[in-house]
Amino acid sequence: MTKPEGKPKVAFYWCASCGGCEEAVVDLAEGILDVVGAVDIVMWPVALDFKRADIEAMPDGSILASFINGAIRTTEQEEMASLLRRKSQLVIAFGACSQLGGIPGLANLYDREGVYRAAYLESPSTENPEGTLPRLRSRENGYDLSLPGFYDTVRALGQVIDVDYAIPGCAPHPKVIQAAVATLLSGELPPKGTVLAPDQAVCEECPRRESKPLDLSISEFKRPHEVIIDEETCLLAQGLLCLGPATRAGCDAACVCGNMPCSGCSGPTSRVLDHGAKAISGIASLIGGDDEEAIDSVLDGIPDPVGTFYRYGLPASLLRRKTLS
Amino acid sequence: MLEQADSTVQAPQADLTSQTSAEDFEPRIVALFCNWCTYMAADLAGTSRMRYAPNVRVVRVMCSGRIDPQFVMHAFARGADGVLIGGCHPGDCHYQEGNYKALRRFRLLRRVIESLGIERERLRLEWISASEADRLRKVADEMAADIRALGPLQLSIPAEEFRNAEGAGAEIPSPEIAGETAAKEVAVP
Repeated sequence: MTKPEGKPKVAFYWCASCGGCEEAVVDLAEGILDVVGAVDIVMWPVALDFKRADIEAMPDGSILASFINGAIRTTEQEEMASLLRRKSQLVIAFGACSQLGGIPGLANLYDREGVYRAAYLESPSTENPEGTLPRLRSRENGYDLSLPGFYDTVRALGQVIDVDYAIPGCAPHPKVIQAAVATLLSGELPPKGTVLAPDQAVCEECPRRESKPLDLSISEFKRPHEVIIDEETCLLAQGLLCLGPATRAGCDAACVCGNMPCSGCSGPTSRVLDHGAKAISGIASLIGGDDEEAIDSVLDGIPDPVGTFYRYGLPASLLRRKTLS
Repeated sequence: MLEQADSTVQAPQADLTSQTSAEDFEPRIVALFCNWCTYMAADLAGTSRMRYAPNVRVVRVMCSGRIDPQFVMHAFARGADGVLIGGCHPGDCHYQEGNYKALRRFRLLRRVIESLGIERERLRLEWISASEADRLRKVADEMAADIRALGPLQLSIPAEEFRNAEGAGAEIPSPEIAGETAAKEVAVP
């Protein structure tokens, strides 16, 4: 890798995301000062006023690393991702949406029309008597206006451009971010494709680990709002659907420490191809009951299986989306 | 992990393009049979010179409890029109309870694939013991007929299409125009 003159240049960008990843960077607190001191930030839409043209004017490969969060859903996001790819030596998928498709990726259960209907016409909080929908081109008060195109399918960043590394999590845990940045600045880069977080399951870091029974059998799934959750016992042993066993560590089991089950935001470990399928495998095998009826009645306690097991990773899953009819 | 995901983006569906019209559609069924019962039944069917639908491609696994839902997803993603899982009858598992684990995974997996738009008939679980070659023949034939009636599994994997289109310098399936059309098509209730 060539070393550019002066401080290394770094860009942050957001695509289909909620802003939580930006918050996670700010959550580095005083730790961010070390990062800011070590690099030149050339783009960060949430905080700094650099424009697309500024990036376009830079020579190719002149940015050391671009941290891109959010999934890819519009043509504009795809263009920006491609532009930053061209200008950067490293591209890092930052956060679950970028790495796996994330929560916006659940839109892959619908198509553009379904999303437009829900967002602009049918949601209870929408008032849109004229049924106005986003248009690529429209004319308002003598001005020609344009909007980016909107794809039927949400994609993870790595399905649109070449991605070097991923920092997992929704949002990434400050500890994971710090360790990842330290790795990138160390000059000893791990193999391309590495997910920059510990390659083991959340259970390994979970303070309730010792209370997980060897032979676990779940006769009823309970949802967090339905029960008083014991603060020390393994959540699976209490019948709460915790994805810790199938999910990558690094977060110090933050949700479990907050007395909520792991929902799987850090995605799978490196040995797994399809996070949801692997979670299905692990959770289903714990169901008590040996006949179809008993099993089905336990499964009825999981009202939204796709939203549960593929909450953060439908676009990056083997099937990627619901079939388009 | 990212690289693995990449390779599966590119590989699937290459086979599907060889499928043409509905008349000469031959279903591709991936069969995952346990070593001790259903695979033995398939073996017996063979040595007994029974004929069953050649659409069934058998993969032997040690136990139906070894069948990871990822295998099923992978088969569908790579062009299988159906997946058949075969194991020992309840109570007969060589490893005591592997088949119960298979059943639990199957019941959940079927809910998931249905939510993803894949018809439930495309995933089937059958208990077939080592002596039930005739039952194996019947199940294989039935499944081939069911899936022939359903037609090929048509997955939409636009991630791959988009990426290939871009790589080949071809036109990306014009989202601009598509976006405009869709915006027009969405009817005002």
